[in-house]
Amino acid sequence: MTALALPTRRDEDFRYADLAALAPLWPVAVEAIDVAAGESGALTIVASADAPVRSLAITLGAGARFDLRILNAGLAYGRIGLTVTLGEAADFALGAAQLGRGSETLEIVSTVHHAAPNATSRQVIRSVLAGAATGTYLGKVAVARGADGTDAGQSVRAMLLDRTATANAKPELEIYADDVKCAHGCAVGELDANALFYMASRGIAPAEAKRLMLQAFIAEAFVGAADEAALTEAALARLGELV
Amino acid sequence: MTMLKIDNLHATVGGVSGPRPILKGLSLTVNAGEIHAIMGPNGAGKSTLAYVLGGRPGYEVTGGSVHFSPLPREGDQSIDLLALAPHERAAAGLFLGFQYPVEIPGVSFVQFLRESLNSQRKARGEAPLSGGEFLKLAREQAALLRFDMEMLKRPVNMGFSGGEKKRAEMVQMGILDPTFAVLDETDSGLDIDALRVVGDGINAIMRQKAGGPNKGVLLITHYQRLLDYVRPDFVHILSDGRIVKTGGPELALQLEAEGYEAVAA
Repeated sequence: MTALALPTRRDEDFRYADLAALAPLWPVAVEAIDVAAGESGALTIVASADAPVRSLAITLGAGARFDLRILNAGLAYGRIGLTVTLGEAADFALGAAQLGRGSETLEIVSTVHHAAPNATSRQVIRSVLAGAATGTYLGKVAVARGADGTDAGQSVRAMLLDRTATANAKPELEIYADDVKCAHGCAVGELDANALFYMASRGIAPAEAKRLMLQAFIAEAFVGAADEAALTEAALARLGELV
Repeated sequence: MTMLKIDNLHATVGGVSGPRPILKGLSLTVNAGEIHAIMGPNGAGKSTLAYVLGGRPGYEVTGGSVHFSPLPREGDQSIDLLALAPHERAAAGLFLGFQYPVEIPGVSFVQFLRESLNSQRKARGEAPLSGGEFLKLAREQAALLRFDMEMLKRPVNMGFSGGEKKRAEMVQMGILDPTFAVLDETDSGLDIDALRVVGDGINAIMRQKAGGPNKGVLLITHYQRLLDYVRPDFVHILSDGRIVKTGGPELALQLEAEGYEAVAA
């Protein structure tokens, strides 16, 4: 893995990456996480300058569960790459928020392999982008031949606070089994001007009104997390700087 | 004591084909303690007047003035309402009741209203209400409007019927306790019983309480029926962006019987 050349824009997984920022960090060591059959694990990643680019390979044994939460914010370039392989009846959940401003480039690139039957995966990605920030989610769900009973969901939503911000979203399905349930939804929008005026008419200042709406917007990414309160607080602090 | 003085107000509304003039020299004075009803045909500019007073983006004042004296004091203490941002108008004591209250997913009514009230209090230099104090106030006001407190735990207006949204507007008004309310077709979408509850609510919240300040109301409506419950001091007919006729409560009855064209001609 370490001898790989720096990716180029032709590499689909790096199409929107900040290659100049990536170069000095390349190659990125892959962090392997293995959860044995029947076990469960959880991880929270709050992006930090110590490790702005990360690559995780998560393997779940039969019946194993893993809950991953990501707050990708506050970095000029923050990237989290995920390769998840699910054993039979394993369950993977990802809840992520990407909060960018200025010229920040934030991305989550995931591939979830449903390698065996009856596994479930849920991915919830919420991006809030101000200024000239770019937020990207490239997520492939690959269902192997014979992985019947797969249940996979991707919910991808982005909110642009300025017309100069960019959201890239590519939820992708690759299905080689017959009996599967795969749902993906994707939406990019702006804050509802009617709601903002409604809140202003009640006395809420514009920045606070936006913060309240954005808090609600990203809530789904962190709901049910073991450290939901701390994650939400960290996200709110960042949102306060975006509006 | 003058509370709201609208003088020769002109306003346009932005659209795909450029701004359109809607208000064309509207003048109106509301004194403290008075309730004024504004009636008029579709397209006369009633909602535009409400939005201009509230400061909605897209509604541009091209002439005239609006002065507001929220807390009647000695001397001329009126403020230039149009110079304030929408949230500052609310903090100054103005409440805008929406014809179509807006749904806000994921933000609970309780959170929304506590944030609203405390934002207003902060702007006025008052201490914020604690969670407990706020809930007590919310319960009192919900009871006044016979509004299920459980519904205030739901996201703002989400899944509410038209009538429930209007009733919720009045609960909000009760909690925020404004000195001046502009109510834009608060009666539309209400059944007969709800109309009575809302009418009683307006009276309870906006009529002067013992020892309390005088208040003012601008009641925008299509129908006479609400005025059976909230008896106005004056009724104005708005047509093509101007007040064309002013009278007492009997004018509303005449309108109901004869129609706008006959009465306003």
